[in-house]
Amino acid sequence: MTPKELLYTKTHEWVHVETDPAGAKIATVGLTAFAIEALTDLVYVDLPEVGRQVAAGEPFGEIESVKAVSDLYSPVDGQITEVNSGLSNNLASLSGDPYGAGWLIKIKISDEGGLSELLDYAAYQEQCEEDNDE
Amino acid sequence: MTTAHYTPNRTPLYDWHVAHGGRMVEFAGWAMPMLYTSIIEEHVTTRTAVGLCDITHMSHLRFEGPGAGEFLGNLLTRKIGDLAPGHLRYSLVTNYQGGILDDVLVGHFHDSKAQPFYVVVANGANRLKMVDWINAHLPKELAQRPSHEVAYWDVTRLWAMIAIQGPRTLELLRPFVDVDLDEMPYYTGAEISILHPAGQRQGGIISRTGYTGEDGFELILGVGIAPGVWEALLEAAKPLGGLPTGIGARDTLRLEAGMPLYGHELTEQINPFQARLGFACELYNLDYPGRDALRKLKEQPLDSIRVGLELVGRRVARQGCTVLAGVEPVGWVTSGSYAPTLEKTIAMGYVRPEFARPGTELQIDVRGRKEEAQVVKLPFYHRNKTKKGNQK
Repeated sequence: MTPKELLYTKTHEWVHVETDPAGAKIATVGLTAFAIEALTDLVYVDLPEVGRQVAAGEPFGEIESVKAVSDLYSPVDGQITEVNSGLSNNLASLSGDPYGAGWLIKIKISDEGGLSELLDYAAYQEQCEEDNDE
Repeated sequence: MTTAHYTPNRTPLYDWHVAHGGRMVEFAGWAMPMLYTSIIEEHVTTRTAVGLCDITHMSHLRFEGPGAGEFLGNLLTRKIGDLAPGHLRYSLVTNYQGGILDDVLVGHFHDSKAQPFYVVVANGANRLKMVDWINAHLPKELAQRPSHEVAYWDVTRLWAMIAIQGPRTLELLRPFVDVDLDEMPYYTGAEISILHPAGQRQGGIISRTGYTGEDGFELILGVGIAPGVWEALLEAAKPLGGLPTGIGARDTLRLEAGMPLYGHELTEQINPFQARLGFACELYNLDYPGRDALRKLKEQPLDSIRVGLELVGRRVARQGCTVLAGVEPVGWVTSGSYAPTLEKTIAMGYVRPEFARPGTELQIDVRGRKEEAQVVKLPFYHRNKTKKGNQK
């Protein structure tokens, strides 16, 4: 998938939504290249347990760089079905392939209505430009 | 920035930093580059080759006159009157309660064409506080005492300062200056001429000092020639594997080297004995603010002392985290980071003396979750020493 096909949060998570064979909507969540570039020097990522319920806007983990620590926020309501557990020992894949091998978690969405709150690519780009101007 | 009309100070290298990808942040009232490409890369470059860091944010006070050395000796915690020309000394400035107002480097220089002078390099964030403190202790009667006259100038805005640090520093600097740097012991310095055309026949002050735990020098230049000399140095550093380094790497380097930073390990609420800086306090023969308090403090048991902490996990314990022995709070963290050279997570902080012994297992509350830590001996990082550049 390419960045243009994804949805985004204001807090720099990206979301890719797919329908699984049972008809459930599954959101794959990652952190954008913009955010990873801004963090630089990643030293640690803390991801949750599979099975945990999350709500849109709630922290589900944290990512730490040499300079600072940031929370990771869930873009949607739902239950965590998968976690990219190899990531903590391979932070290079976060910076090297943020939209692929660097994915963070998968969430079975419980409220699809929340997806309409997310930003599309153009709106997210605009926000990044504003962030850069600050 | 919330204050609409406030702009941080800019060093003469500001435009260069911005043009070369420097991520500018406000630090001590100055716009400084946190990093250019990566704190870790810039840190490792300083340990393995040579890093060049703009440290113009440091405050520079120039003292002159026959009474200058005596005056400084009665303001700072260490004797200054016996400092031979070409030598530097680390000292503290304390308040009347013995709390640390600042930590400074004092250099004594004599260019043979004018009377000797002293340079006090103070922390950037403490400039106005220091100026006020000096003014309060230098009334006209004292400043104009016959044969003991003393005057000082805050030359911060006129002097740029560049730290050149790392094992390849000598190779880089030899052709730039007219003194024998190889023969310059640690904590000495000299007035120099810049041999490179970018120096425009001006000089500067160089000292074998630093804040990284590596061999290196710090170079003071007039702000007019600083951009040209900086670029010439970087050009010459390229074939040596050198890089410009931001204040992010400066912080991780000093932390690995166990060096305290004002505003973190050192504050007005901390006294020199807690900070393990008692060596920098002359308790007799000088009469500086805080001396009497320090004499008393020395006789009392410490309630906390500065220690190094090594964490088991990767989460970083940053300034303000509480240090615990089980559930009991026994101290606090003053600095913490991932340590690029050690590839470990480390911190400095203060703990009660009974928990300060290396090997003591403690916990740190990091954002609501306890992390395991162990007290370790400072410094965390010790370079392989060569003969020169390490003489005290």
